[in-house]
Amino acid sequence: MVELTVDGQAVGAEKGKMLLPICLDAGFDIPHLCYNESVRPYGACRLCLVEVRKNGRGRMTTSCTYPVIEGIEVLTQTEKVLRARRLVIELILAMCPGDEEIQEMAREMGVEDVRFEKEEKDCILCGLCGRVCEEVVGANAIHFANKGSNREMIPPFAGEATDCIACGACVTVCPVNVIGMREESDERTIIRWKRTLKMKKCKVCGNYFAPWFQLEKFRQQAGLPTDFFDTCYSCRE
Amino acid sequence: MKRINSVEDLEREREKIRAARDPNKPCITICTGTGCHAAGCYPVAGALREALRTGGIEGEVDLRITGCHGFCERGPLVVINPQRILYQRVKPDDAPDIVSETLKKGKIIERLLYVHPLTEEKIVREDDVPFYKLQKRIIFGNNGNIDPTSIEDYLAIGGYSALAKALTSMEPQQIVEEVKKSGLRGRGGGGFHTGTKWESCRKASGDTRYVICNADEGDPGAYMDRSLLEGNPHSVLEGMIIGAFAIGSNEGYVYVRNEYPLAVENLRIALDRANDWGFFGKNILGSGFDFNVKINRGGGAFVCGESTALMASLEGQPGEPRAKHIHTVESGLYEKPTNLNNVETWANVPYIVNLGAEQYRQIGTDGSKGTKIFSLVGKVNNTGLVEVPMGITLREIVYDIGGGIIGGKRFKAIQTGGPSGGCLPESLLDLPVDFDRLTEAGSMMGSGGMIVMDENNCMVDVAKYFMNFLKEESCGKCASCREGTKRMYEVLHRITEGNGREGDIALLEDLSFVTAEASLCALGGTAPNPVLSTIRYFREEYEVHIKNKKCPAGVCKELITYRIIPNQCTICGRCQKVCPSQAIRGKIKMKKPFEILPEKCIRCGMCSEACKFDAIEIV
Repeated sequence: MVELTVDGQAVGAEKGKMLLPICLDAGFDIPHLCYNESVRPYGACRLCLVEVRKNGRGRMTTSCTYPVIEGIEVLTQTEKVLRARRLVIELILAMCPGDEEIQEMAREMGVEDVRFEKEEKDCILCGLCGRVCEEVVGANAIHFANKGSNREMIPPFAGEATDCIACGACVTVCPVNVIGMREESDERTIIRWKRTLKMKKCKVCGNYFAPWFQLEKFRQQAGLPTDFFDTCYSCRE
Repeated sequence: MKRINSVEDLEREREKIRAARDPNKPCITICTGTGCHAAGCYPVAGALREALRTGGIEGEVDLRITGCHGFCERGPLVVINPQRILYQRVKPDDAPDIVSETLKKGKIIERLLYVHPLTEEKIVREDDVPFYKLQKRIIFGNNGNIDPTSIEDYLAIGGYSALAKALTSMEPQQIVEEVKKSGLRGRGGGGFHTGTKWESCRKASGDTRYVICNADEGDPGAYMDRSLLEGNPHSVLEGMIIGAFAIGSNEGYVYVRNEYPLAVENLRIALDRANDWGFFGKNILGSGFDFNVKINRGGGAFVCGESTALMASLEGQPGEPRAKHIHTVESGLYEKPTNLNNVETWANVPYIVNLGAEQYRQIGTDGSKGTKIFSLVGKVNNTGLVEVPMGITLREIVYDIGGGIIGGKRFKAIQTGGPSGGCLPESLLDLPVDFDRLTEAGSMMGSGGMIVMDENNCMVDVAKYFMNFLKEESCGKCASCREGTKRMYEVLHRITEGNGREGDIALLEDLSFVTAEASLCALGGTAPNPVLSTIRYFREEYEVHIKNKKCPAGVCKELITYRIIPNQCTICGRCQKVCPSQAIRGKIKMKKPFEILPEKCIRCGMCSEACKFDAIEIV
């Protein structure tokens, strides 16, 4: 355990844990878009900036990628931090002016309008969908392509995400809600990744409960018997 | 070649090589570096070989193909040894004369000599040419003496003696101390103390450690690492083996740009030969130390010169940086302690080990020791690679070594440190060049690019050029760099198009702040330098663009108009002939000065270039 201070308040934390979750748990309000506790720290959105001072020297850094050490002094609301966060959200808003979540965040930080040509993107390039798909689901169905402002999260060759199991984890973690999932009769579609899979019907209740492709993948990976997924999760003993 | 197993064997072999060579035997060295290659050195080499054959002195004269000598402006370069006569801008047709006059009769061919631009004196010896005379070529100088594909050439000039010394008479910790004491700082841009880095890596926990040579040189106009690898690859490899021994690493990588095919090839040849001789592999020189190096070719992303992105790329991941709160010396390649140094840094190591830190420290300033190789390009007379002691002034580099500005024009700025360096004005020409002074002035050492600009360069346009490069090369991972560089470019672009708005300078400063302060890696961290330094030193030029919609340097097309000065026009019609858009009105027989039609003019400047009477001005 190490001791640190956040805005003057003493906080205890496990050494090496990232600063952002520690601050959030301790009740400090730090904006963030690309952080999720289920995946490794990444540092893409740059909103969780804080100032960290140690041995008399201070620097601004993203708290999501900063492993805590003994005795640091963390400042979450300095003028420099707030200025940088306002500029970052202005840049993100100019990229995705239609995202309601971003508009709301910008308003809260005092940014009403942007000083740049507005683009018409919707994805903020936080990478959460791809990271969850890789690190948690293990499907690796989507990835970033290209560099600079041509960067985009896409399925292979921008076609159908043929490794996608339509689990919907990406849909859940997306902070701006732009991926989208649709279920119609016996089909589930992950809209952004152009992936439609047939659903399996539960032998007991008759409900469609999960895509065939997904269940078959799980069954093979875990070495389960062929009839293992004949019943849905709710109807199983 | 059978493996050498001891220092005694090495020295015996070295003596054999030296004994077989007569130092008085004439030797023609031909520079085949990037510049001379472009200028046609290979046909010259072929012609010389042929002339030696037909002249019947094939066996009496050695012909050596070398790497870059540095004086690219004057290529193809030929040096006749042992007299060290420099012939410049040599053409294949000159070969018979070189053989029949200089080699057979000992006569100097006047037309091929370098002429001092001020005194008009013809200079015979390479070392007397001001371009070379004022340099201190301790690292780069050997390029002109060796064939990079011959390990024997490298051994003959004392190659691998530093390795022998390090392996047999120094403890690893002692080598680290020596490098620390030398004051050597990273030549790739960061300027971090090399010895300190080695020590941290050496002390880091774990059994496996890696050393990496960063040869992903990507700055526009910079080619010193390329020229070192092409011209003297063994010096870099020798430095790496010594470093690996000091740090306790048995495995190394050279990450080299795939766009440098000759560097890759010469490095591969050098590595194979050094392997044959026993400088790599198991039990090097009988010391019990094992070390191997693999060559990895980069895929063409500028950001892969950043250490964490480079390591990600080596691992087969996309070349994107990660946060460096845990340093790469503790957790780098494959999460193992990793020491990464640039090509030039590694090449300094054998020199330091051989001569000792004390002697090395004599060169340079308090905070920056040794020499630095710069690629001096742009509007300067003597374009080329120059190696100078730290602390030399910009004026000495530009005027004494570089020979001043092309066409006697006025110096305006010098851009140092690559695309994310800064532009320094005339008032800073007497600034001593070292890591700290350049950073204080708002620029940086970077990897050593130096671009000289004259009165015809628009500083807003220059900032826009570099920002375009940076926005294209930003990996796009973090929002502040990806969006910040894009938006800075957007604002700079509209200023140069005449659509600048009041407040744009403040907006650029805001964007610079967020890009520099909030970005993940050094690419974003330094990206605003071209903007901030030009605003700092050339603010007026920005204001004229924004408020008066004019480009004082006459570069930004939307802000200039070409005009024919009536009483200077001789009615020759040349401008009309070259104009691609039929924008010039007039007839020779009408005997009236010609006129440019602004609505048709595309501001290409062809007329102005064609006019022999300076009758076309930019307003």
